[in-house]
Amino acid sequence: MCPHCGMRSQNEFSYGGDATVKRPELNKEISDQDWDNFVYNRKSLRGKHWELWQHISGCRQWIKVERDTATHEIFKTLKANEEIS
Amino acid sequence: MQKYSIFNLIKNAFSGHQNWDLAWKDPTPKKEYDVVIIGGGGHGLATAYYLAKEHNITNVAIIEKGWIGGGNVGRNTTIIRSNYMHDDNALFSEFGMDLWRKMSQDLNYNVMFSPRGIINLAHSDAQMNVYARRGNSMRLNGIDAVLLNREQVREIIPMADFSENVRFPIFGGLMQPSAGTARHDAVAWGYARQADSMGVDIIQNCEVTSFDVSGGKINGVRTSRGDIKAKKIGLCVAGSTNILAEKLNMKLPIETHLLQACVSEPVKPVLDGVVTFGAGHFYVSQSDKGEMVMGGDLDGYNSYAQRGNLPTLQHVLTEGIAMMPFLSKLKMLRTWGGIMDMSMDGSPIIDKTHIEGLYLNCGWCYGGFKATPASGWTFAHTIAQDRVHELNSGYSLNRFNTGHLLDEKGLGTKTWIS
Repeated sequence: MCPHCGMRSQNEFSYGGDATVKRPELNKEISDQDWDNFVYNRKSLRGKHWELWQHISGCRQWIKVERDTATHEIFKTLKANEEIS
Repeated sequence: MQKYSIFNLIKNAFSGHQNWDLAWKDPTPKKEYDVVIIGGGGHGLATAYYLAKEHNITNVAIIEKGWIGGGNVGRNTTIIRSNYMHDDNALFSEFGMDLWRKMSQDLNYNVMFSPRGIINLAHSDAQMNVYARRGNSMRLNGIDAVLLNREQVREIIPMADFSENVRFPIFGGLMQPSAGTARHDAVAWGYARQADSMGVDIIQNCEVTSFDVSGGKINGVRTSRGDIKAKKIGLCVAGSTNILAEKLNMKLPIETHLLQACVSEPVKPVLDGVVTFGAGHFYVSQSDKGEMVMGGDLDGYNSYAQRGNLPTLQHVLTEGIAMMPFLSKLKMLRTWGGIMDMSMDGSPIIDKTHIEGLYLNCGWCYGGFKATPASGWTFAHTIAQDRVHELNSGYSLNRFNTGHLLDEKGLGTKTWIS
């Protein structure tokens, strides 16, 4: 379910990773560990997972999706600029 | 333990095969062990075996949530190879190839290792150059590699698509003749049987619920079958690594992903080696039963479902049919999925952790099965000596921090980068 186009086939979407990972702020002193956590380290747990997808064969917008990693059920989708509540 | 031999086979035939020893026991967990290995898959069982055999540490328990060999060691496509370019990967895998060659005798269990060769197809001049470079690197590390031209490939696999007007014509390929396949379940069972005979406790249906860590040291695990104390604990849980890491408050450079494989109906012998498609991600071999065993890309998103979705399977098989059109005539017999511990650079991790006595073995991506013996051997060394062996020194956990990534393909979790 694309928040821009409505219900579309799974084939049209491409995966972009964990949506809760935030890039460290620019011009701010950060530790190597913070940087590692942004680039490499992931929780990747079983169950509900907020992730980024791109509607690549559709409107090409990036979206946020709440999905269950065990059942693949999709609970909620948001536009990329909407905050996860 | 009874030895498996022709004489024992005949002897037991007289009693109707009713009196064979059990291959491994079903013990109740003790209160304390010297080493506890979490995960009764290929790597965990191999680790316990080499702990007992090479380091004389036999007060060891393997604890397994389900049954041994029920995870990825029972779900792979059985390919064994060491065709890597980087030294760390090449030397590690080639060490493993030696263990594979001796495994059936070593374990007194026929793992049906069959060195039938692997061919990676090339579909452009550029790809031929890349393969020439990789082949040279392999030979410098003492691994056999042969660069084949189009005609040489055609002689070996005439059923591939050699017509002129195809999107990805076959220019040639890189072959490792000593690569091959093995009976995957037998590997798990062979290691389990020998480890058990040397005193290792294999404890099944035993799930780890939490860890007992104090003062930066590991003291034991709490499980569904009671608390178990141990000064040293090794994690060999592949796709469940992230779940256990969460219980240890660790964040790892690992994501858990879904990888599918499938087999066709059995047909007469047509393909004697392993062949991979060079313009995508597809590989095929033929099992001894005649089934075409096929696999390819990850589904591409984080998943703990041990089953796949059709779009990825369709994508993978489209590549297969582009490479070998006859595959389109076959009926699909089975498809299945397993959950992979995908590391961020595509190479594994065998290392100590910041918690004293806790050792980590994960990040095997697509290549866990072939690494089983070398992984068990080096992980046993790392646990027993409390230091990494030079063979697994490149598989460190902190390489993501120091920048010493092992980017053999540089793919990791992001398959779409290719």
